[in-house]
Amino acid sequence: MRVRLFALLLLLSCGAVVGLAQAASTLEAVKQRGHLRCGVSQGLPGFSTPDGSGGWTGLDVDFCRAVAAAVLGDADKVRFAALSAKERFTALQSGEVDLLARNTTWTLSRDAELGFHFVGVLFYDGQGFMVPKELGVTSVAELDGATICSNAGTTTELNLADWFRARGMDYQPVVFEKSDEVAAAYDAGRCDAYTTDRASLYAQRNKLKNPDAHVILPELISKEPLGPLVRRGDDQWFSIVKWTLYVLIGAEELGLTSANVEEQRQRSRHPEVQRLLSVNGNSGQGLGLGPDWAYNIIRQVGNYGELYQRNLGRAPLGIERGLNALYTDGGLMYAPPFR
Amino acid sequence: MRVPERTAAVLAWARRNLFSSPLNALLTLLGLWLLWLVVPPLLQWLWLQADFVGSSREDCRGDGACWVFVRVHLDQFLYGFYPPAERWRVNLGIALLLVPALPLLIPPLRRFRRVWLLALLAYPPVAWWLFHGGLGLSVVDTGLWGGLFLTLVIAATGMAAALPLGLLLALGRRSRLPVVRATATVFIEFWRGVPLITVLFMASVMLPLFLPSGLSLDKLLRALIGVALFAGAYMAEVIRGGLQGVPAGQYEAAQALGLSYWQQMRLVIVPQALRMVVPGIVNVFIALFKETSLVLIIGLFDLLGVVQAAVTNPDWLGFVLEGYVFAAAVFWAFCYGMSRISRRLERRPDMKAQEQQEMA
Repeated sequence: MRVRLFALLLLLSCGAVVGLAQAASTLEAVKQRGHLRCGVSQGLPGFSTPDGSGGWTGLDVDFCRAVAAAVLGDADKVRFAALSAKERFTALQSGEVDLLARNTTWTLSRDAELGFHFVGVLFYDGQGFMVPKELGVTSVAELDGATICSNAGTTTELNLADWFRARGMDYQPVVFEKSDEVAAAYDAGRCDAYTTDRASLYAQRNKLKNPDAHVILPELISKEPLGPLVRRGDDQWFSIVKWTLYVLIGAEELGLTSANVEEQRQRSRHPEVQRLLSVNGNSGQGLGLGPDWAYNIIRQVGNYGELYQRNLGRAPLGIERGLNALYTDGGLMYAPPFR
Repeated sequence: MRVPERTAAVLAWARRNLFSSPLNALLTLLGLWLLWLVVPPLLQWLWLQADFVGSSREDCRGDGACWVFVRVHLDQFLYGFYPPAERWRVNLGIALLLVPALPLLIPPLRRFRRVWLLALLAYPPVAWWLFHGGLGLSVVDTGLWGGLFLTLVIAATGMAAALPLGLLLALGRRSRLPVVRATATVFIEFWRGVPLITVLFMASVMLPLFLPSGLSLDKLLRALIGVALFAGAYMAEVIRGGLQGVPAGQYEAAQALGLSYWQQMRLVIVPQALRMVVPGIVNVFIALFKETSLVLIIGLFDLLGVVQAAVTNPDWLGFVLEGYVFAAAVFWAFCYGMSRISRRLERRPDMKAQEQQEMA
């Protein structure tokens, strides 16, 4: 009797936790579930961090919210799964998340071998250098013979070696396991320069005793295009996520912001704005979305410029737009036409 | 050591205990010097020059610790991403555990022991309902669980599962039936042979690839099962030590009374064995409690994970030390509490034995 009861309880509890996850199409599954499942990093300044009140903020987080706004009409219908670097790809492969926005660098092998599609570039990062202002250095080319701090065993270390060797320059590497150790060593004056990816450099600068006494040099010595990715085999979902990114970028180009999009939808005479916001017709039709998809993205989340300013551009991070500016401002952000 | 009252006595005491030989005098001075080096700056940082009030990093002007950081994030450190409106459920759930647990730990209240034990058995489903929801409560996905709450959930589940599992495995390993013995031995040696971090990685990264697509086991549940099996294997060896420590005469006497195997174990052997290994059991519990922080590598935010995530908040960069000190203090408080409880438990059987002797 007792055994049977126990078995019954066991079965019931299994039923409660084993859910049927993937329907045929990701779009249908997300709609049915009522929320988007989005993989983000466990904590990276400006990209995805807990905000102190139980939620998440950051550029990657905002991108997830944009997709939720497009698909479900509500940017808050996202469940964030914080993933470590090692488990991120498995989580996407196994269907634990619908979308991975975890500052992942777009590379040939990841695109070709892992069975994913990168939908585009959300942030152009690259390896940069930070030096104390008092050194008077304005370019990496002046760092011949310098002592340089970096993380051990990362591509950062390899890029550094390649770059200096290619130019016949000399340097002394000082490597540490953890980023905090590198920052501490640099702060203590053990090296002349600190190198890592640019977005992290800006974050690390805030950990120094006197952040204003350090500058980040303009050059990038590597390419780290960070972008969201989706599983292969669902082209419709791929297109939805890709065009969500383009709406963010295109909205900035068209001057649409979360504040003015309502007014623009009613008043704008700009044909592309009218097409994007489905003033006549439905721009989301081909994607299987309702006519308000682009409006919802811009109204609830903002355009790319707003996202950037909110998460990366403002103090204390204060990362310059650089390559992430619109192509009209000398950057690389470019959206195909909405027609 | 009694503290002397008069100065002369103090000096005499110091001479006897601290300066009894040149070497001891040197060591005393060295010790004092080290204390002088460490304690004042530590106090300055922790307290005297620290900032306690405020709401943003601008309020941290002093050279000491910025406890404002901990204060602002305290709710998150305690509950993780659990929705603020539902946090009363966590508080209630934890308070409910004290209802059956306290009477069992405080001797005068132990009268209705069976009632409390039954209540303890009924606790897990009730707690699951409170924490996870359903049946009238809104569902809180386990992905939102975090902070100290998650640490306690993992540790408590591990402990609750490890004790019975370990007991069965220990009995199995000492069984006369070859199949049972071999199974128990292989199980124990397997789980003791792999590091917990590997178990967690397998559970979070490999397992989803083996499961048919569409079937997804809850991530927390996977981690809980891993932790429970792991702790169970360790517990088995501790308890086996106790079983072997029970004199052979006890086994024979129990047999002579005509008790069945399970009666022998339940009434005679296991109570004695468990009593002997209380320190070992608590040791496993404390180790387990601290090892729960490994779940952060599989993307669960236990106390340490939440602290590490909070220090990446762009508005609060550079307060790593405060976060870690806070986490360390909380972990220490819990582990020390567990060791105090264990000492109570250790003392009690002896007192009982004494009482019985006096009565006889």
